[in-house]
Amino acid sequence: MRHLADDELVLYHYHDGDDIETAERHLASCPECRSRLVAIEEVLRLVVAPPIPERGPAYGSEVWNRIRAELPELTARQQSWLTMPRWSWAGVVAVLLAVVFLMGRYSSKRPSSNNVATSPGSTTASPAQQLRERVLLLAVGDHLDRSQMLLMELSHASGSGEIDISTEQQRAIELADANRLYRATAQQVGDASIATLLDELERVLLQVGHQPSSITAGDLKKIQDSIQSQGILFKVRVVRANVRKEAAQRPRTTSSQKKGQIT
Amino acid sequence: MEMDDAAAVARVRSGEKDVFRLLVERHSQTIFGLAFRMMENEQDAEEIVQETFVRAYRALDGFESRANFGTWIYRIAVNRCYDLLKQRRSRLQVEAKEDLDEAALVEQIPTKNPSPERTLLSREIEVRVRLAVKQLTAGERTAFVLRHFEGRSIEEIARVLNVRQGAAKNTVHRAVLKLRERLQPLRTRR
Repeated sequence: MRHLADDELVLYHYHDGDDIETAERHLASCPECRSRLVAIEEVLRLVVAPPIPERGPAYGSEVWNRIRAELPELTARQQSWLTMPRWSWAGVVAVLLAVVFLMGRYSSKRPSSNNVATSPGSTTASPAQQLRERVLLLAVGDHLDRSQMLLMELSHASGSGEIDISTEQQRAIELADANRLYRATAQQVGDASIATLLDELERVLLQVGHQPSSITAGDLKKIQDSIQSQGILFKVRVVRANVRKEAAQRPRTTSSQKKGQIT
Repeated sequence: MEMDDAAAVARVRSGEKDVFRLLVERHSQTIFGLAFRMMENEQDAEEIVQETFVRAYRALDGFESRANFGTWIYRIAVNRCYDLLKQRRSRLQVEAKEDLDEAALVEQIPTKNPSPERTLLSREIEVRVRLAVKQLTAGERTAFVLRHFEGRSIEEIARVLNVRQGAAKNTVHRAVLKLRERLQPLRTRR
């Protein structure tokens, strides 16, 4: 008969184990394990939570009065669409990609005189395809803007002791979520240069996202070295500039939209 | 009708700073209780309450609207306690472990409502227990307080400590075994 290990007894005490019933059966038939469990439980019974000093009903108001002056007014940027919560970003990206996808499907199913199909390798794309590309390029451009801002902030951050990066970490996680979708789309449409950049960017974002909320100066240096050694900031700047340039060359509307048609 | 947390968050996000007061008033007591259990020091707990709300306000744009504000702010507070314990712990390690000032600890034990049957012995036990908890690492103490006092699940502890669930279980287990080792002699004296 195999006796329960100490960690299994602790798990049993807190009901955290995967197999509580097996432990229970064993304990019922094993006085030795039962006695070890009792010893652990007796010790744990000694460890009682310290009584919490009372706070009056006005405590919340007191806290508010103490912190109110420290709270900044929300700026226009903080309230803007640029800082929507994570799930909103993922939603916006998903909707955007769906729109781009549907626009592509629609334009390929309904060729018209204004909508010349582009053969592989052709340099001329239909207005609908160009618009689709423009939407995607603008979205990727915004994504690269936000990523660049975060990378720059991290590159120039400094501090000693424990450094709180919880805000940057949250932004990195949000960006990594959006990045994944953009990267997949870039791969699907065969844009290797953007896909490669996004792949590298995602690794850096995840590295930041997976850190504890407080890091040491040494950990921060590692992140900064990683950003620097991969030249990611420079690559983001270059691709971002190209993306913006390309987006500017695409039409803002399709010819059918110009005529006020609903597609 | 009273505004719920989600509606209050939305209004704060849209620029109504003073609506944040509602969230502070609603959650201050809980955060204070948690911080006190983690830090076992009233002043630290007060500071953590304030820092938690200031951080939450500043990070409000990162709050997922579908999430529970109470859970979110609880996590911010635990993280802050954990960070502070790590800082304190590294300072503590410089001191000789056995030189912890027991007299100072006795002073910190809240005595507002002492139980009538509290004896010198039980007081000594209390001091020993608190010393033993204080000697745990920041991770062990956080995991133990969350599991033992706050009744949080291993999954929640893992999320707060940013580790896998297996590692969180091990941390709780390690904390318990350390406490057993240090408190075993007290079992017979109770």
